[in-house]
Amino acid sequence: MNLLLWVALPYVAVASLIAGTVWRYRYDRFGWTTRSSELYERRLLRVASPLFHYGLIFVILGHVIGLLIPEGWTKAAGVSESAYHAGSLIGGTVAGVAAAAGLAMLIYRRRATGPVFSATTRNDKLMYLLLGGSLLLGLAVTVVENGLLGPYDYRRTVAPWFRDIFLLRPDPDLMTGIPVLYKLHVLLGLVLTALFPFTRLIHAFAAPWRYAFRPYIVYRSRDGAGLATRDPARGWEPLTRR
Amino acid sequence: MKVMAQLAMVMNLDKCIGCHTCSVTCKQAWTNRSGVEYVWFNNVETRPGQGYPRRYEDQEQWQGGWTLDRKGRLKPRSGGRARRLLGIFSNPLLPSIGDYYEPWTYDYETLTSAPLSDDFPVARPYSLITGEPTKVEWSANWDDDLGGGPELARHDPVVEKISASIRLDYERAFMFYLPRICEHCLNPTCMAACPSGAIYKRAEDGIVLVDQDQCRGWRMCVTGCPYKKIYFNHKTGKAEKCTFCYPRVEVGIPTVCSETCVGRLRYIGVLLYDADRVTEAAETEDDTALYEAQLGLFLDPADPGVAEAARRDGVPEPWLEAARRSPVHALISRFKVALPLHPEYRTMPMVWYVPPLSPVVEALRDTGHDGEDAGNLFGAIDTLRIPVEYLAELFTAGDPEPVTAALRRLAAMRSYMRDTALGDPPDEAKAAVAGMTGRDVEDMYRLLALAKYDERYVIPTQARAEAAALEETACPVGYGEGGEAGPFGEGSGRPAPASVESFHALRERQTSGALLDPADRRERVNLLNWDGKGRPAGMFPGAGKKKEKS
Repeated sequence: MNLLLWVALPYVAVASLIAGTVWRYRYDRFGWTTRSSELYERRLLRVASPLFHYGLIFVILGHVIGLLIPEGWTKAAGVSESAYHAGSLIGGTVAGVAAAAGLAMLIYRRRATGPVFSATTRNDKLMYLLLGGSLLLGLAVTVVENGLLGPYDYRRTVAPWFRDIFLLRPDPDLMTGIPVLYKLHVLLGLVLTALFPFTRLIHAFAAPWRYAFRPYIVYRSRDGAGLATRDPARGWEPLTRR
Repeated sequence: MKVMAQLAMVMNLDKCIGCHTCSVTCKQAWTNRSGVEYVWFNNVETRPGQGYPRRYEDQEQWQGGWTLDRKGRLKPRSGGRARRLLGIFSNPLLPSIGDYYEPWTYDYETLTSAPLSDDFPVARPYSLITGEPTKVEWSANWDDDLGGGPELARHDPVVEKISASIRLDYERAFMFYLPRICEHCLNPTCMAACPSGAIYKRAEDGIVLVDQDQCRGWRMCVTGCPYKKIYFNHKTGKAEKCTFCYPRVEVGIPTVCSETCVGRLRYIGVLLYDADRVTEAAETEDDTALYEAQLGLFLDPADPGVAEAARRDGVPEPWLEAARRSPVHALISRFKVALPLHPEYRTMPMVWYVPPLSPVVEALRDTGHDGEDAGNLFGAIDTLRIPVEYLAELFTAGDPEPVTAALRRLAAMRSYMRDTALGDPPDEAKAAVAGMTGRDVEDMYRLLALAKYDERYVIPTQARAEAAALEETACPVGYGEGGEAGPFGEGSGRPAPASVESFHALRERQTSGALLDPADRRERVNLLNWDGKGRPAGMFPGAGKKKEKS
């Protein structure tokens, strides 16, 4: 069971993420969009969308710092465990609350605004369930396990396990002793990762960073250059001249 | 100097009767699908009026077009690169559906299925957005023909600008029609605003298009375009816009709107311009100098030096020839009677307009003067400041000079040709007053009044050897690299050659006794009127076969 959850599932999730994204890019570039509903409703979206997205960006940033940077590195940089912990607790809570609040408003908007609701697919609903679930669990992990129940040093268990997966030496034993909330959060996160390319979340991979560097005006040429094969119509040439 | 060719359009507003044929045929050709019910690539507005979407010209509100930054360089008015990327999660400058209008349909079924009663059954309007019963309150041309009326015209952003000198009482009302399509600008802001780089200008003919596979639905283009002529398809989540009917013009026939124009007021032709100086021209500081600046970009195709440079830059010979015969070049650069729409947006628009003279003539005749007399006409143009100022706000950023000059040329033409028509000797002096010669006047008359189909539309073809191949395969677009078919999705399988398909369809039609939908034959679905909902039987070849077996 451990092997299945903490070794097989992560690899399946990553494989699905990569294969799904490649598949989407090759066969469904037309469906690759944010599917914005701003045309239907503007006021709630104006507040909720930036709140959610910026919250989520900081949540992701927090995960990168927490999971990818080994404890030894931060210590070497002179950051004590308690300082790091306080930082992660406060930062994580603020970002998490922002993202969760944004998402709550977005889901409310989706349900309450008629046109937006009718534009919601089953796929979207599943995605909201997973995203909302992992977001709330993540918030619970931060607030309950790390805050109320005292610090839990996930950088000795979850983080090394996460890194080991990518170093191709998975170690399920690291995950056996961790709190249940953590386990649920990780599992839901893995499922979300697996489904990511098949949901509208894929639009995250369309982040237009190139926009910052390209010229404003874009020219494209039809391949093979437009060679005219027929003479144009006679055109405006006066027939009679005095 | 880099010479580039562009297909441009000129519309003669004097001839527009506001029949909306262009809009309707365009809609039938391009936007009769779900997701774009509210979209009119071509629409006809009554001016003064609010336009479509409502008050789109109010750039204080919508922030479309370009502005100059402190150093005098071009910057999209809604913000440069950094601001756009930081604000990508919401776009408060996007018009909502209410600013366009909520599309609707009627439940026609009630008309036939209503139970017998004393009242006639009524087909009630239903919103195409919510599916609920709705009250129709606005549409793309709701203020049609009411333009001059004080209730609606007061909200016209152009009227607001010049409200001091304009009176909107019904006795003094004036109006004219303004058909609008995408301007296919030389310096488009929609393109500059697109984070995905999906909007591009074709190097061969200057047509601005949206790459549907690259668009990610950020909606920034809608904000960027000051003419609001790029639209968000709310079903596919992609931007769509007027394509200048590129499949038509590529083979040398005019756009649908031009083809079907009842008043024959549209002209399509090639303009040569210097692509290297576009930015410089758009950075002209003075708003009112932008018209002249853009005029300065256009090159004279008769000039051997220009032709030499054009050949060097890869403009094909037939395009050069078309540029020399271009009716658009004649109206814009030679006669200078066509003016750009809102040059102050700095997008360098390429659909130009001959301003309407009619209100002036009508007004003169009503005061008891001879409306066609040159002296009266010229005097009237100067005294009837109301329309000229309004026209100037539309076409020259408020400078009445070019508008007056264009109207004087039109007036001179009327007067000069009237003499000819009445058998009097032509009066060179009348032409000279407007800065023209008799030859010019006659040429302009021919182009504006008589020009036939092949004189109004001088479109060089871009057809290539592969055209035949395109004809053979019903669907030339694959989703894989290089257009090959993949194993999944829309691009899967090999498309049946069109000739084979139509052979079978024809044989079935000729040999089948049934009127429609014979159950035992291969069914076909007309995708043009499929609304995207559900999966009609016969849409996929396999489904039909299974039914036969069961």
